[in-house]
Amino acid sequence: MHKYILRRLLMLVPVMLGVTLIVFTMMHFTPGDPAKIMLGESAPEAEVIKLREELGLDDPFLVQFGRYVFNAVQGDIGRSYTTNRPVAIEIMERFPSTLKLAALGVLVSVSLGIPTGIISATRQYSLFDNIAMVAALLGVSMPNFWQGLMLILFFSVQLKWFPSSGFSTPSQMVLPALTLGTSSAAIITRMTRSSMLEVIRQDYIRTARAKGQAESIVINKHALNNALIPIITVIGLQFGYLLGGAVLTESIFSIPGVGRLMVESIKARNFPVVQGGVLFIAITFSFVNLLVDILYAFVDPRIKSQYK
Amino acid sequence: MKDNKNLLEIKDLSIHYITDDGTVRAVEEMNLEIGVGETLGLVGETGAGKTTTALGIMNLVPNPPGKIIGGEIVFEGEDLVKKSQSELRKIRGNKISMIFQDPMTSLNPVMTVGDQIAEVVKLHQNVNAAEATERAMEMLEKVGIPGTRHKDFPHQFSGGMRQRVVIAIALACNPTLLIADEPTTALDVTIQAQVLDLMRNLKHEFNTSMIMITHDLGVVAEVCDKVAIMYAGNVIEYTDVKRLYTSPKHPYTIGLFGSIPDIESDESRLKPIKGLMPDPTNIPSGCPFHPRCPKAMDICSQRKPKNTEVEPGHFVKCLLFENTEK
Repeated sequence: MHKYILRRLLMLVPVMLGVTLIVFTMMHFTPGDPAKIMLGESAPEAEVIKLREELGLDDPFLVQFGRYVFNAVQGDIGRSYTTNRPVAIEIMERFPSTLKLAALGVLVSVSLGIPTGIISATRQYSLFDNIAMVAALLGVSMPNFWQGLMLILFFSVQLKWFPSSGFSTPSQMVLPALTLGTSSAAIITRMTRSSMLEVIRQDYIRTARAKGQAESIVINKHALNNALIPIITVIGLQFGYLLGGAVLTESIFSIPGVGRLMVESIKARNFPVVQGGVLFIAITFSFVNLLVDILYAFVDPRIKSQYK
Repeated sequence: MKDNKNLLEIKDLSIHYITDDGTVRAVEEMNLEIGVGETLGLVGETGAGKTTTALGIMNLVPNPPGKIIGGEIVFEGEDLVKKSQSELRKIRGNKISMIFQDPMTSLNPVMTVGDQIAEVVKLHQNVNAAEATERAMEMLEKVGIPGTRHKDFPHQFSGGMRQRVVIAIALACNPTLLIADEPTTALDVTIQAQVLDLMRNLKHEFNTSMIMITHDLGVVAEVCDKVAIMYAGNVIEYTDVKRLYTSPKHPYTIGLFGSIPDIESDESRLKPIKGLMPDPTNIPSGCPFHPRCPKAMDICSQRKPKNTEVEPGHFVKCLLFENTEK
């Protein structure tokens, strides 16, 4: 198990290199001159050239890339063009909000999705199941930003129950968490339902019933424990997406998270922050994935024996 | 055979599966009796309704589509069909337990075998967790697996050992009735003999009554006292083992014996029964066996045969014998 985790951590190195190369290339060929944006449109040409030289923007692509990787390995992923503060600090300041938002989103989606999926599976084609499946379809098809705006319109503007922006008090977190959790809840519901449907037809479920075990324990213990693997996979993926991809939700609710930082930085051609941000998201995503793979071993002993 | 101390009496039991494609009459007006300590063999081809009968006794027929249409299952004087689910839960795994056909899929893959045995003990006996685990280890030893392996998971055992675990679960609460649904079908021949031996010994030790579901007449001869032959949901012949082997009456039973290889006979070919089991949603009119029956008469396609007692304790559902009686 330890060896397995170590191997997985080592595999992060090529992943990081690949991600860096792709982002670096994309940013390099994005139109727009950072030096000009930093100094303003009316800045004298001489100063722009001087700044370009300072930032090393005129060096060949590979030299720039090499320099970036060389520094990154030592923990320095550059300074923000706009604030001149280290990118790592800028990101870490914003990360707690994003993490909190993602965690709340997952909490909402899991506590909605798993019970709904279980009930749907045990009462397949019932009225409950049909309503839940229509709701799940709506949940995945509703665009995030539209849903967020509708929630603000209804709960903030009309009912005045929750504030429409900010992210420090619990009441401020309700609407963003709902917005972010809805589509994940829908996906988790569908996955739980199909996974449970497959498991409850298995022979060992009949064995559990033949022991005289109560139906609730047959379903919630015997069946659910066997249905968990695909459900955990989906939850992990969703958590990963939410960590990096809450851009829209953060923008709508004015939450100072990593997603919004990235959007602002892209607009300002603030290359180091964008690169750092993407790299950071890639790392968190990989870690969540690793965590999910480790969780598998605790859920299914057959997988544990393969992790050697 | 007329024993007043019958542990289980099945009277006119009918179980149907109601699907969009039609109604499957899986079990039709079945009548069976099992005395204390007796072993009944339930023999028939795949799809004859043997497993449905067993699940019916446990009241575990998947519903929908399955449904007990009528009849009684009287166990220790009480009709199981009329009992509530919570009353049945106290009987399942405790007084009546079942060994399932496929040991590879009958055990929960994410639970240790010890926990799976202890689960049934905890459900029905007033014990704490430690005592239940101890009991689980005892049961493992009893079926020939070292008790120290109770912390292992099913995938760490071979098929034969898993079937022993299934048997240990079934016997953990000393049931009065054990239903074994083809317990050896999925196993190698050498392991089959071991498992049969084991079941026979444990049955003697606990004086358990048993329903042995099988399509193997050899197994029947070895372990059963009485035999019921099933065809398309009907018990077509029902008697004790000796009489069945010395004087089978129903043409289907005779056909079954004709399809067993015999080392001593000079014949080089087996005599299979012609044709196939009928489509379960479209059972032939009259006697369901008549299209395949070598002795079929005109009347066989028109009227269903009644259960006829051709000699004391020997029941046959065949128009040949109904007529001779009249």
